[in-house]
Amino acid sequence: MNAGAWRAALLAEWRKLVSTRMWWLLGIVLGAYMVFMGVVMGFSLTTDPSSMSGSLGSGATLDGRQIAQTVYTLAVSVGYVFPLVIGALSMTGEFRHQTITPTLLAEPRRGRVLGAKLAVAGLLGTAYGVIGTAGAVLGGLPFLATKGDGTYLGDTGVLGDVVFSVVAIALWCVIGVGLGSLLTNQVAAVVVILAFTQFVEPVLRIGLTAIDPLQGVQKFLPGAAAEALAGSSLYSTSGMLSLLDRGWGAVVLLAYAALFALVGALTTLRRDVS
Amino acid sequence: MPTTERAGLPVEIRGLTKTFGTVRAVDGLDMVVRPGAVTGFLGPNGAGKTTTFRMLLGLVGPDGGSALIGGRRYADLAHPTTVVGAALESASFHPGRTARDHLRTYAPYAGVDDRRCDEVLAQVGLTEAARRRVGGFSAGMRQRLALAAALLGDPQVLVLDEPANGLDPEGIVWLRTFLRHLAHERGRMILVSSHVLGEVQASVDDVVVIAHGRLVHESSLDDLVALASPRVRVASPDPAGFTALAADRGWPVEQDGDDLVLTGGSCAEVGAAAYRAGLEIHGLAEEGGSLEDVFLRLTGAAPGGAA
Repeated sequence: MNAGAWRAALLAEWRKLVSTRMWWLLGIVLGAYMVFMGVVMGFSLTTDPSSMSGSLGSGATLDGRQIAQTVYTLAVSVGYVFPLVIGALSMTGEFRHQTITPTLLAEPRRGRVLGAKLAVAGLLGTAYGVIGTAGAVLGGLPFLATKGDGTYLGDTGVLGDVVFSVVAIALWCVIGVGLGSLLTNQVAAVVVILAFTQFVEPVLRIGLTAIDPLQGVQKFLPGAAAEALAGSSLYSTSGMLSLLDRGWGAVVLLAYAALFALVGALTTLRRDVS
Repeated sequence: MPTTERAGLPVEIRGLTKTFGTVRAVDGLDMVVRPGAVTGFLGPNGAGKTTTFRMLLGLVGPDGGSALIGGRRYADLAHPTTVVGAALESASFHPGRTARDHLRTYAPYAGVDDRRCDEVLAQVGLTEAARRRVGGFSAGMRQRLALAAALLGDPQVLVLDEPANGLDPEGIVWLRTFLRHLAHERGRMILVSSHVLGEVQASVDDVVVIAHGRLVHESSLDDLVALASPRVRVASPDPAGFTALAADRGWPVEQDGDDLVLTGGSCAEVGAAAYRAGLEIHGLAEEGGSLEDVFLRLTGAAPGGAA
């Protein structure tokens, strides 16, 4: 009975997600963007291994393995805005188009609706993770194989990064749902996501390291936690910023997802729908 | 599903109250809606109809009182859309989703398959538009789609908020026929709200009228029509004689200041009867009469005053 109700909710929410054009539009853009970034980073890092760190002033030179790690996890470093947006839209869209009314008529147990949305976001997020990670790998691979030190795809550590890059992107999509349940205004949610991911967090991460007592705080920002989960990043391989280890990265990222969803459940989901 | 559960379910509302800020939208509303009939839920804009519906359907939490469907709260129904079908707003669609996909997203909750989605689309005349995006739909098509969604789980109870809004005259006739068919041949309970009595006059069996969030009238449509029978105001030096005459003719009579108001006869009938009875008349005037006037009289009056 209960399992049946959950199955219905999951199927309904999945259909909702894939019955408009947004999911594949964003998916295609993510894939194309990641191929492009893979090409750019694959080319520049194999051409001049110190180019990345050099421009950031740390002076370290990346070895072939680090180049592979950096390129293969580019989706987590620069592409996570896409899963975050599609996750948030699954909630804000309900309020923007007032479909929250028929949704809650069909399933008045509001926690179940949110739970199903979080779960199917994990599923679509995994697909985005595969698309984004594959894009970065495919884009960078030719340069790593021909100009660089090799692809390192036989290296278990590097392969682990590839797999956890997919997991991190999936979690970003789940976090998006939580964020959308907090910030139900679609325009506000998208603006906050763009501002935070493109500007606020990068500035904070670099800025916080300059303040001694707050130096460790940047590791707990969501973007940094996701990179920790993936095991590598543009920032960390350059030696510029340090990351948590993988396990703690996962914990911190899950904590963000849980916190947002919980606050959303306690605020938005308790309100009258009129 | 067992037939006992499919038998008619009454809607019972007791002392329902909801305040938004300083506005008491629904104020101790009591009403019972019987199954197997089309009930018109009437009241002017802002009377509290939509808020009442939203409380009945668990979307808005009441400040007091209860709204039960077959003795249970909406939120406690295991598969609510198989018990109650509701169409609340014509705008509740994602514009980028097709009509068919809109239904398919709610089908799992109702436990129905794609074939049922096509079936209800055919019922409301949207088969041709099934695979078109709702963004390009007219207001009338949206109303039809909202009705299709309400019908998806084949519910015993239908709750429709202003379903005639946006329908063209042909659509209104279609809706009327459709609702009467569902109620009288399929035994469904249908509660349909409107702020225009004339719109539902031809389709409802019962009427519930609310104003200022309170019940002001609850009867069959026939009884409401009876209220609209001609009223004749009589000024006479012999009120006792007229009261006796009215009793003799079966006309309800009430005192209004110095005048008497008789219901049921026209000016000509009252005048002729008075002439035959030899009663002296100083004034004779017909007033009210149309159903719309009754509606205005009921809803314009102070809460509780005209019930």
